[in-house]
Amino acid sequence: MSSGGACRQRWPVETRGGGHSILRPPGPERAVRSEKRTVHVGIPREVHRGERRVAATPQAVLRYVKAGFGVLVERGAGEAAGCSDAAYVEAGAEIVDDARELWQRSDLVAKVRGPEEHPALGVHEADLIREGGRLVCFIWPGQNRDLLGRLAARRATVLAMDCVPRITRAQKMDALSAMANVAGYRAVVEAAHHLPRFFAGQMTAAGRVEPAKVLVIGAGVAGLSAIGTARSLGAIVRAFDTRAATRDQVRSMGAEFLELHVEEEGEGGGGYGKEMSKAYVEAEMALFAAQAMEVDAIVTTALIPGKRAPVLVTAGMVESMRPGSVVVDLAAEQGGNCALTRPDEVVKHKGVTIVGFTDLPSRMASQSSQLYATTVLHLVEALGADLEPDLGDEVVRGALVAHKGEITWPPPRPEVEPVVATGRERSEPARHAPAAAATSKKPRSLQKAFWLGLAGVLLLLIGLTAPPALLSHLTVFVLACFVGWLVVWNVTPALHTPLMSITNAISGIIVIGGMLHLTGHDRGLPAALGMVAVLVATVNVAGGFLVTRRMLAMFRRHAPAGGSHP
Amino acid sequence: MMPESMVTASYIAASALFILALGGLSRPETARRGVACGIAGMALALVATTLGERVGDYALLAAAMVPAVIVGAVVAARVRMTAMPQLVAILHSFVGLAAVLVAVAGHVEPHAAHAGSGEVVHRVEVFLGACIGSITFTGSIVAFLKLQGLVSGKPLILPARHAANAAVLLVTVVLGVRYGMATGEAGMAELLIATAITGVLGMHLVAAIGGADMPVVVSMLNSYSGWAASAAGFMLENDLLIVTGALVGSSGAILSYIMCRGMNRSFISVILGGFGTEGGAVPSGQTPAGEVTPIDAPGAVSLLRSARSVVIVPGYGMAVAQAQHALAECVRVLEDAGVRVRFAIHPVAGRLPGHMNVLLAEAGVPYDVVLEMEEINPDFPETDVVLVIGANDIVNPAAQDDPGSPIAGMPVLEVWKARTVIVMKRGMATGYAGVDNPLFYRENTRMLFGDAKKVVEALLAGLRP
Repeated sequence: MSSGGACRQRWPVETRGGGHSILRPPGPERAVRSEKRTVHVGIPREVHRGERRVAATPQAVLRYVKAGFGVLVERGAGEAAGCSDAAYVEAGAEIVDDARELWQRSDLVAKVRGPEEHPALGVHEADLIREGGRLVCFIWPGQNRDLLGRLAARRATVLAMDCVPRITRAQKMDALSAMANVAGYRAVVEAAHHLPRFFAGQMTAAGRVEPAKVLVIGAGVAGLSAIGTARSLGAIVRAFDTRAATRDQVRSMGAEFLELHVEEEGEGGGGYGKEMSKAYVEAEMALFAAQAMEVDAIVTTALIPGKRAPVLVTAGMVESMRPGSVVVDLAAEQGGNCALTRPDEVVKHKGVTIVGFTDLPSRMASQSSQLYATTVLHLVEALGADLEPDLGDEVVRGALVAHKGEITWPPPRPEVEPVVATGRERSEPARHAPAAAATSKKPRSLQKAFWLGLAGVLLLLIGLTAPPALLSHLTVFVLACFVGWLVVWNVTPALHTPLMSITNAISGIIVIGGMLHLTGHDRGLPAALGMVAVLVATVNVAGGFLVTRRMLAMFRRHAPAGGSHP
Repeated sequence: MMPESMVTASYIAASALFILALGGLSRPETARRGVACGIAGMALALVATTLGERVGDYALLAAAMVPAVIVGAVVAARVRMTAMPQLVAILHSFVGLAAVLVAVAGHVEPHAAHAGSGEVVHRVEVFLGACIGSITFTGSIVAFLKLQGLVSGKPLILPARHAANAAVLLVTVVLGVRYGMATGEAGMAELLIATAITGVLGMHLVAAIGGADMPVVVSMLNSYSGWAASAAGFMLENDLLIVTGALVGSSGAILSYIMCRGMNRSFISVILGGFGTEGGAVPSGQTPAGEVTPIDAPGAVSLLRSARSVVIVPGYGMAVAQAQHALAECVRVLEDAGVRVRFAIHPVAGRLPGHMNVLLAEAGVPYDVVLEMEEINPDFPETDVVLVIGANDIVNPAAQDDPGSPIAGMPVLEVWKARTVIVMKRGMATGYAGVDNPLFYRENTRMLFGDAKKVVEALLAGLRP
C-alpha cells in the first residue's frame, strides 16, 4: 500500500496484480502540477426534465477536495436533491453561475443523465464539453449511438456509469445496482401509497386485517430490494424469476419463490433467460394470471438487455385484479411489463392503478444522489490524479466508451468471465476429465517405461508370428479399447449404474456367437450349446436394455428455470 | 438371405451405435437417447446375423430367443431398484455362461471360417474365451449370492489363498499350452478341466472380497464379461463381437478404477481381497473415547425445521431399509418450508457404482440436488444439519485424522464440519470396514437409533405441517 515514502498518504490507493497501484499519485509530481493549476471536476445542474439528482453531494465534494481536486458546482445544481449551494461552498466547491463556463473550466464533468439539448442555452451539452475533455455519466451507448459519435467527435474521454463491469472489484462503482436498489424500494412505497389498505396484517379491536399480498416479477437487484421492502412492511411476498439460481436469493429475502410446474423440454441447456420455450411462456403466463387474481400489488422488474421489456401482465390480468390493486412497472422506460403501462404516468384502469414512473430514483433524489455520487467518486479515484484512463485496468476499460476521438465501446471481452447464473446445471464431465488426466499422468516414469516396453515387445512378437487376419482383428480390438476408454471417462458418476447396466446389455452381443452355431446343417452338440448360449445371452440383452430404460426414466431434475417438484 | 457384405456393413453401423450409446450415457440429458442407440444397434446386429448366410436354424433360434426375451422383460420390469446390484451381477453371469458355451461349441464345430488365422491361434482363442467366460460366470454368481444376502458378505479368507490362486493360474496355463498343441477333436478334456478350475478361481476371487468392495467387483465382472465377448469375437472372426466386447471391457475397467480411487486403494489390493479383516477386529488406531449423544425423532425434527441448509448423506443402510421414498418426501416438505436440502453421494456408497443416485432418482429426487463428494465437501462448514442415513465408513473422520486406521487416506465426506450431524443407525455396529467411527462421539453429533425407514417416517410425520 505504500506509495512514495514520505508523501502525504491521502489517496485511497488500491493495489492490483503484482502490487502495482492503479492510481499514480506520487506526491511530488502532483505537487508540482498543482503549482501550475488544479485539476477541476465540474458538477453541472441536470437539464433533463424532472431530474432531481445531482452527480456530487457536498460529502462527495469534500472527498474530491481532499484528493486534491478542485470542484466546480453550477449554481442550484443540488437544490432538488436537498444540497444547498452554501453546503457545497462549505465543502470546498466553487459555485459557477454559467453552465458554459463550468463545462469549459472542468477537466472532468460528472453528471447523472447523458448529455442532451440544454434548454436554457439552446445548445447540446455534448458541444459544451471542452475539446478533449472528460465526462462521467450514464450513457447507455447501445441505445445512444448518435450521442456517442457526437462525443467522440469532440475528442472527449467518456466513462459510462452503466458500462462499469459487474465484477467484485467494481461493486463500489456499480451505479446501476445502487439505483436499482432505490427503485425497488420506491416501487413498493408507490404501491403502498396507491393501495387503499394496509400492507401488514393486524388484529385490532375494530376487526382483523389480512396482510397484503405482493407479487414481484424479476428477482434482480430492484426485485430483491422490492421484496425486502414489501416484507418489512409486513406483506406476504411472492416472487418469480426465470433464473432458477435466484430461488435461494428470493427465499433469503423472505419471499416465497413461485415454481413453474413445467416438465423439462428436450435438452435443458442451462435454462437461462434467452430461450424460453412456448410451453414455458404459457405456463409462466398462466402462473401470473392465477396470481393476479390473488395479489393486491404487482411489482414488475423484468428486463431483457437491449430489447423491449416483455409484456408479462396483460390487460386481462389487470382486469382480473381486485379493485384498488396496484401494478408498479419498473420497466416502463423500456416499454413496460404491463400492457397498460404508460411511461411517467399513473393510469387507472377499471379500478386498478398502474404506476409507470420512470424516474423512481430521482423521486428519492437526496438518497439517490448520495449513492450515485459515491459510485462516481470511486470511478474518478480509479482514474487517478491526472484523470488519464489506464487502459490496462479492466474496470476503467469497461466503462470507457469514447477516448481520443474514437468510440471504444464495446470493450474487448474481459478475461474474467462474469459468473452467469446457469441454474444448477452441473458440469462434472469437464471437471472430471482433467482430474483423471492428472492422476494418470503421475510421474511414475519408470513404471510407465516398463509397460511401454512390454507393449512394444508384445507388438513385435505379434507382428513376427501372427497371421494377417489376426492382426486386422487386433487392430480393431485395440482401437475399440481406446474408444471405450475415452467415451466412458466422461460419464457423470450419477449415471454409473445405468452405464453398467447398458454395457451389460451390450455385452449380450455374445448372442451372435451362439447364433452362428445355429447353422441349420445339423442339430448336434454345437447347435445345442449355441441354443443355450442364445437363450441366456438374450435374457441379458432384453433385461439389460429394459432395466436401463426404466432407471433412466426416473432421472429428472428441477425444471430448467422455474424449478419444480411435483 | 443377406449377403455377407451387407451383414458386415450392418455390423459397422451397430458398432457405431454402441459407441453412441456409451457416449450418450455420459449425461442425464442424453442418456435416454443413448439407450435408444444401444437398442437400435443390438436390433440391427441381431437382424443382420439372423438374415445372414451363416444362420439357418430359425426354429431353434426362435425357441431360444422368444422365451428369453419374455423372461428378460419380466425380470427387468419387476426388479426393485434396491435389488439392482444383484440383477446386474446375475446378468453378468449369463454373459459368462454364454461365452463358455460359445467357446466349447467353437471347439466342437470345426467350421472353416478360421482358416485364415491358423489352427493354433484359433485354439488359443477358444481357450481364452472359455476361461474368461468361466471366471465371469462363477464370479458373478458368487457376487449375486453375496448381494442377495444368500451367503455372508464377509470376505472368505482361505489360508495361502494367494498361492492357491497362483497355482490355479499356472495349471491353467499348462493346460492351455497342451490344448494349443493338440489338433482336431483332441483337447476337449484339457478345455473342460481348464474351464472348471478357472470357474473355481472366479468363485474364490469374489468370495475373498468384502461387501464394501462390491462396487468394484461388480464393475470388474462387467469388464470381464466384455473381454469374454471379445475373445469369442476373435474365435469367430467377428469384428462386431470384438469391438463391442472391447468397449464393455474398457468401460468396466474404468469404472473399477474410479471406484478404487474413491476408496484410495489400488485395484490390485481390492482384487486380492480380504479388506476389513486385518484391522477390523482390533481397531489399530486409538479407540475413540467419549459418549454418544442420542436424540429422538421430535428432536431431530426441530433441528431440521430450524435449519437453513441441510445435507443428507445416504449409505447402503438406506437401500436396505427402503427408506428413500419417505426420505424424498421429507426433502419435499423441507424444501417447501424454504430449507435448502441437498444430497451428498460418496463414490462408493452402496453396492454398485452410482447405486444411491438410482435409488434417489427412483424416489423422485431431482438429480441437480444430488452432489458428489468433491462438490459438497467445501459446503459442510456452512451447513446447519447433516443427516447421515445408513452410512458409516464414508463419513469416518479417522480416514483423515488417524494414520493407523485401516481406512486411512480414503476420501470421506467431511460431515463433522457441519454445525450438527444427525446419524441414523440401527445400533453401534461398525461398518463394512469393521472400523469404529469417532464421528459418533463428537460433540456436534446426535445419534438417532432405529430402523432407517421407521425413523425417516417418524421424521416425515413430524415435519408435515
